[in-house]
Amino acid sequence: MNLEEYKGVYVFAQQVDNEISSIAFELLGKAKDLAKDLNTDVTAVLIGSGVKGLADQLAEYGADKVIVVDDPELKDYRTEPYAHALASVINKYKPEIMLVGATAIGRDLGPRVSARVATGLTADCTVLEIGDFPLQAVPGQEQLHNQLLMTRPAFGGNTIATIACPYNRPQMATVRAGVMQKIAPIKGAKANVEEFNPGFTPDNKYVEILDIVKAVTNTVDIMDAKILVSGGRGVGSPENFKILEDLAEVLGGTVSCSRAVVDSGWKPKDLQVGQTGKTVRPNVYFAIGISGAIQHVAGMEESDIIVAINKDADAPIFDVADYGVVGDLNKIVPKLTEALKAEIAAAK
Amino acid sequence: MKVVVCVKQVPDTAGGVKFNPDGTLDRGAMLTIMNPDDKAGLEAALRLKDQYGAEVTVVTMGLPKAEEVLREAMAMGADKGVLVTDRVLGGADTWATSTTLAGAIRNLEYDLIITGRQAIDGDTAQVGPQISEHLDIPVISYAQDIKIEGDSVVVERQYEDRYHVVKAKMPCLITALSELNEPRYMTPGGIFDAYQKEITVWGRADLKDVDDSNLGLKGSPTKIAKASDKVRKGAGEKVTLDPDESVSYIVDKLKVKHVI
Repeated sequence: MNLEEYKGVYVFAQQVDNEISSIAFELLGKAKDLAKDLNTDVTAVLIGSGVKGLADQLAEYGADKVIVVDDPELKDYRTEPYAHALASVINKYKPEIMLVGATAIGRDLGPRVSARVATGLTADCTVLEIGDFPLQAVPGQEQLHNQLLMTRPAFGGNTIATIACPYNRPQMATVRAGVMQKIAPIKGAKANVEEFNPGFTPDNKYVEILDIVKAVTNTVDIMDAKILVSGGRGVGSPENFKILEDLAEVLGGTVSCSRAVVDSGWKPKDLQVGQTGKTVRPNVYFAIGISGAIQHVAGMEESDIIVAINKDADAPIFDVADYGVVGDLNKIVPKLTEALKAEIAAAK
Repeated sequence: MKVVVCVKQVPDTAGGVKFNPDGTLDRGAMLTIMNPDDKAGLEAALRLKDQYGAEVTVVTMGLPKAEEVLREAMAMGADKGVLVTDRVLGGADTWATSTTLAGAIRNLEYDLIITGRQAIDGDTAQVGPQISEHLDIPVISYAQDIKIEGDSVVVERQYEDRYHVVKAKMPCLITALSELNEPRYMTPGGIFDAYQKEITVWGRADLKDVDDSNLGLKGSPTKIAKASDKVRKGAGEKVTLDPDESVSYIVDKLKVKHVI
């Protein structure tokens, strides 16, 4: 492998139902930073069926170039045709960096593609930067420059590791959703599109999709919410989430929850915050009846303001809360809702 | 029908994490468990044994001590256990781990391979799909339901806002979510039997069609540049007040921060 041949920062521009996922724009924002440090450009790889029309959106969010792989076999996500598409793009265009969202699609596609093109893959990164490997020069070992340094939490968020992929290309990472910042869109930007089709011949690896069942949800994606009112096991019952919903409504917020709540079947998985759920960074995060397991904290500690209400004064959630209130949520939350309602009415 | 289940012995992160003075994880001081997603995968395999008489072989890679998870799996009902252990396999990243496990599985007959979605120590979710690539078979990740239909599997594959019902011809690899099922307990008879059964131990020489350059620390494309404890944001204020005062306290803070 001649590492010098590999140039440019590439982003897998995930789309579902021909709508570009937010993670694609987040990755482009980060890719722009990395490309600047490397003095190179940003390419988005758009894979799907009938997706060419989406390319300009990728330009608006920072893609200098968009490679479109468009084929009827790529209509809904299936591992094999998508892996074939992305691996073929990598083999043809030789990117030095390939970023993929750490979504339910990306965490399947990324490993399959990395194994196919025989390179390393670092999972669920939260920080990406360009630097040296080893970080400090070590006698007897060549210090390589302009390496992608990929930082990720491990051991349930207890440790943090920075990883490099010095001798293989591309340097591949999946990146946690909700962590990287999108750029302000450049309105009217037009994509420089290159179409590429490596050919798709169905074989035993092309699985058959018999049905697609969408979750019925009428709520805002918790990753986009500015205010989250999040409940844990301490809320006590699914019915009692009503008091959280009332609070959220007054503030124009959204209800989310901890893993314990999802495991108990009180709330659907798409509302779960934490290591195995979603990473959120709202302006205000209310942690109500949430003990604050390290896996939960990993998904919400970047929130601007954290307010915790818990009857256990020793709950670990108080270690990350800006404002912690020790007390009975059943007594406090309904009164808080009423008080805020009065405040907001008075301010109008 | 033959099912291979890959399991990993992991530190129990829920039981508290201990560190060495140099900041590395003190694995010796921590309790170990069978990784939860893997246990769900094993349970799914055992249900195929109950229903269709499938033969279940459990494979793990690790230190000799990892034999414990194989015994546990056999006490739950698995038929055979394979421990892949060798000093040259240590320090492997997901690429080198998956080439190792694929090299072991090539020696086995299988219709289905089941792995957990991800292990609680690394949380990568990469080894399952990478094994499937090395073996050139289809993968269905994030399985929340598994059924057998003739020579195919029909799986509910979970995504953030939906699931796909996916059909694949066997052989196939599935990665299991812990939501898939409630794993059974070991039985006293099962525990007794588990210690009567032989565990197969394989080293480097037993791996099939694997190049040395793809194994262990040396064969790992990713390299750790730095590892440390996570630095957390410090605690803010904590107050214990009566409910009305608590409400005023929160309202005041939200006003100061211009939330309302």
